[in-house]
Amino acid sequence: MNIIVITILALCAIGVAAAIILYFVAQKFKVYEDPRIDEVEEALPAANCGGCGYPGCRGFAEALVKADDISNFNCPVGGAAVMSHVGGILGHDVKAADPTVAVIRCNGTCDNRPKTNIYDGATSCTIAASLYSGDTGCQHGCLGLGECVDACNFDAMYMDKETGLPVIIEDKCVSCGACVKACPNSIIELRKKGPKSRRIFVSCVNKDKGGVAKKACSVACIGCGKCVKECPFDAITLENNLAYIDYNKCKLCRKCVIVCPTNAIHELNFPPRKEKPATKPTAATVKPVAAPKAEAKTEEAPKAKPEPKAKEAKDGTSDNK
Amino acid sequence: MLKTFSIGGIHPEENKLSAQSAIQELPIPKIATIPIAQHIGAPAKAIVKKGDEVKVGQVIAQSSGFVSANIHSSVSGTVFKVDDVMDATGFRRTSIIIKVDGDEWLEHIDRSEDLVTEITQTKEEIIKRVGDAGIVGLGGATFPAHVKLSVPPGKTAEVLVINAVECEPYLTSDHRVMLEKADEIMVGIEILMKALEVKKAIIGIENNKPDAIAHMTQVATKYSGIEVCPLKTQYPQGGEKQLISATMKREVPSGALPIEVGAVVQNVGTAFAVYEAIQKNKPLFERVATITGKSLKNPSNWKFRVGTPVSDIIEAAGGLPEDTAKIVGGGPMMGKALVSVDVPLTKGSSGLLLLAEEETARKATKACIRCGKCVSVCPMGLEPYLLMVLADKKEYERLENDAVMDCIECGSCSFTCPATRPLLDYIRLGKGKVGQIMRARK
Ligand code: SF4
Ligand code: SF4
Ligand code: SF4
Ligand code: SF4
Repeated sequence: MNIIVITILALCAIGVAAAIILYFVAQKFKVYEDPRIDEVEEALPAANCGGCGYPGCRGFAEALVKADDISNFNCPVGGAAVMSHVGGILGHDVKAADPTVAVIRCNGTCDNRPKTNIYDGATSCTIAASLYSGDTGCQHGCLGLGECVDACNFDAMYMDKETGLPVIIEDKCVSCGACVKACPNSIIELRKKGPKSRRIFVSCVNKDKGGVAKKACSVACIGCGKCVKECPFDAITLENNLAYIDYNKCKLCRKCVIVCPTNAIHELNFPPRKEKPATKPTAATVKPVAAPKAEAKTEEAPKAKPEPKAKEAKDGTSDNK
Repeated sequence: MLKTFSIGGIHPEENKLSAQSAIQELPIPKIATIPIAQHIGAPAKAIVKKGDEVKVGQVIAQSSGFVSANIHSSVSGTVFKVDDVMDATGFRRTSIIIKVDGDEWLEHIDRSEDLVTEITQTKEEIIKRVGDAGIVGLGGATFPAHVKLSVPPGKTAEVLVINAVECEPYLTSDHRVMLEKADEIMVGIEILMKALEVKKAIIGIENNKPDAIAHMTQVATKYSGIEVCPLKTQYPQGGEKQLISATMKREVPSGALPIEVGAVVQNVGTAFAVYEAIQKNKPLFERVATITGKSLKNPSNWKFRVGTPVSDIIEAAGGLPEDTAKIVGGGPMMGKALVSVDVPLTKGSSGLLLLAEEETARKATKACIRCGKCVSVCPMGLEPYLLMVLADKKEYERLENDAVMDCIECGSCSFTCPATRPLLDYIRLGKGKVGQIMRARK
């Protein structure tokens, strides 16, 4: 009997002693965590997309709380609203960053860019890119295996079966940049959304010389520099036979779109152009030698302009049927 | 029992269709397109420009670093332009395009067939000349040869291993060179031995080439220290580490170079090129390649000038068979499909394989059935199924720990997988990324 009591008491004593030791050890090694981290995390959209450059929303919250100045931080998903809310919690002033959206800078549809060989390897753009230049004559363009679509966590992309190119669903795109990182050919770019979502950009990444580029793809940028000359706002630069439009300088006047002899410049979400006859001759006189196919497109393009470029491409293909 | 390497390996159908065809000389092209990067390492720098007259053997692009190699003109004529031209992978790379006119060689190149056995150069002179002559590993890897001959300080070479296994199915160019140029190869080996200061050379030849084994063994008796080692036919015996394991029974540790176990490996074709460079003053601008395929009229072996378009050799072998679906540069295991027949043959072209639709079609990828076949055939003792998953999931740290960099890209795993999983494609991807990470850390 006695022995049982003693055992129980002894065990109790050990338990209490252990508890006390553990308590002090825990105190000693306690990690202090700023309660604001939880608060900030709460305010973030919990998308955990990594678009901010940190591993998940928690990581971003920690970085925000630590930072002295949060004006260089941005949550692409939450946008200006969330950032100013966070600024409020942390007592910082935040000026809203311009919202951006992903755009596909390649228009090498099957019509524009004929296939020269067939790839039947592993379905990953990165693998294909490490093996060869792609199944068309353009070594820079979209490989069409959809790695970007796989990378998108927001269902904001799909591969268009007709064109073989990825399409961004602008309303769903939160501009996290996952697709930009995924693409081995650096075809996708985050661009300023622009007023009423209107955007103008060179939908091409071909850096080859004019003749070579044109041969591989009828809508390639041939580096002729006409757009550079035309732009009244100095928004366009030419490097390695490729034009680039700076979205901070671009005033969306659309002058460059008209002069481009290959239709490499895309305009998105603009109302239809009225003075159709005026645009046509310009394009035609600029480059009378343009392939008949490209000319036909020029003619159609203004009609299709109110819709995003994906639709335009689709229109083209349905016409062919 | 014949010797072979210790772990893994496969034995695909040999298909050495062109083994009986003696080496023929391919006509000189009308226009030669000579890329300035025909080797692993930094591309050479072009030193000719449009309008320059060049002769056969003249340097037209200079090596631009230690791991780089000179490029010589393979033809005589006028430089038409220096421009970006599509290479075998479809990317545009700088090439020197020469309009051919006659066949005028630099005077100091000895064009006679006489065998010169006496080696007058010193070790240093040999290494320098091998570098100047633009010699690269002719087994297909195109690693500049002089780099391998410069044994790093603190290390000593004991044995020169000559890679004559030709373990890739279909290819027969090394086989033919051995039958037709055995003496020259032996002198080339002696030159390499002198450069490395070794007393012993082992020539590894697989036993699917009995005539080559017999001939080389007999010729080797005239030369001291050179021995022929017949090997069991098994892929990928041509891998350096596998060949060392087979011929010397030594295992090169993970991440180490062959010199660690006292070996230097050179291809037989390279030994022949070294002979020509040292004894005949002839830089590397031509070599032998096999053109083969089941539907091809005339599977054969050709000596060609670098820069000859692929279409020329196909023409010479009887024209493109109608059922051709894929043209592979190199052997079927490690070669890469070409994007066009207009691309030029280069120093690394060991063969061309024309495959018909049914020989190339990839079967649909199925889920891994955990059979472990890939593990048992991997000659490097890796676990390909796991590496593939890790590469796909971008777990680069684990990939590195699982020795992904040891993969020699032999493709044995993909070849054996009953679920036809593209194991090697993903492993290559992982290797690329891990390599980047490792370089960034340095
Ligand atoms: S389209 Fe690109 S940027 Fe937009 S949500 Fe998807 S991955 Fe993110
Ligand atoms: S945009 Fe880039 S990632 Fe997307 S399908 Fe094209 S090549 Fe692949
Ligand atoms: S390719 Fe690499 S992983 Fe596959 S069997 Fe060869 S060495 Fe092993
Ligand atoms: S051989 Fe193919 S199926 Fe078998 S374990 Fe390897 S990956 Fe899986």
